Amino acid sequence: MSLILTKNDIGKLEEIISDQLLDSGAEHVVLTDLSGNLIMERGSLQMEDIFSLAAVSAANFAATAEIARLIGEDDFALLYHKGGRRNVHFSRLAKDYLIITLFNDNVSLGLIRLKIGSAIHAMSAIFEQHKGAGPWRS
Amino acid sequence: MAFIDLSKNEIQAKIVYYGPGRGGKTTNLLYVHESMSKQVCGKMVTIDTKGDRTLFFDFLPLNIGKVMNMTIRIQLYTVPGQVMYNATRKLVLRGVDGIVFVADSLKVQKNKNIESLQNLAENLNDEGLAISQVPLVLQYNKRDLMESNIPLLPVAELEADLNEGLKVPAFEASATIGDGVYETLREISKRTVKNVIRKVGGQITC
Repeated sequence: MSLILTKNDIGKLEEIISDQLLDSGAEHVVLTDLSGNLIMERGSLQMEDIFSLAAVSAANFAATAEIARLIGEDDFALLYHKGGRRNVHFSRLAKDYLIITLFNDNVSLGLIRLKIGSAIHAMSAIFEQHKGAGPWRS
Repeated sequence: MAFIDLSKNEIQAKIVYYGPGRGGKTTNLLYVHESMSKQVCGKMVTIDTKGDRTLFFDFLPLNIGKVMNMTIRIQLYTVPGQVMYNATRKLVLRGVDGIVFVADSLKVQKNKNIESLQNLAENLNDEGLAISQVPLVLQYNKRDLMESNIPLLPVAELEADLNEGLKVPAFEASATIGDGVYETLREISKRTVKNVIRKVGGQITC
């Protein structure tokens, strides 16, 4: 199964990321699939190893989901790492995608969680609509 | 699962190096990483134990140029070969677009090669894929050890053990010195990209 996103889809996703997350203080937002493919990234950070970040984040999320299953949970709703200067929040988006949000201590985790919730709601429709193989178009 | 970004005219595909433990999967990636230009190849990520065994996976992103005006990005992964890490292998196989099976040419590894290939078929089956559906290339690694008088499996025996039913391209290799590494990578990249384009219909109406 392949994911094909048109210019129009990417534009819509950019708008949601910008309105919901970057305008709320997130530094950088990365979208990947659960196989580790980078779908898109937006934000103010210069990320040189963005492909590695996507791959390792997808693996981290998958490993954590296995921990959830071992203790009788389907998934962990909140996956969050706190660093000295920068924090990272992971959320599953629809069935097969991951949204990674990087933010610093000027923004509260609660606000990021709230905004990610509404961003996921808006983005899910785009991914569901264009899932699956088909003719390439733009 | 390949990802196609029409706003950047870019295809991303995932190739996994599979095979028995200590067979040379990580060495293949290390050779590619050390010998390729940094403009083509990104940073290699290795999640391993304190020894030299891969614990989770190795990861190496490559930009291999353009096909039909689309930029092709390949993500190379390895899996841990040890039998007990099957759950990890299944995670890394998720969304795979192409596979290199790195067989160990050492005579003592004969059964490990066969078991690992069977394990690959089973894990793909759990993902809803038949091994014959996925682009696959075999690599018979460590051929250079022949000169050190270490007992190796003849290529004909490896072919009979592993490739009789599959009939896929197979390359002799010595990953430590780079022999056969690029031949293997070139063939699997070609097959993987072809397969991705075939799956999405091959129609570009930009």
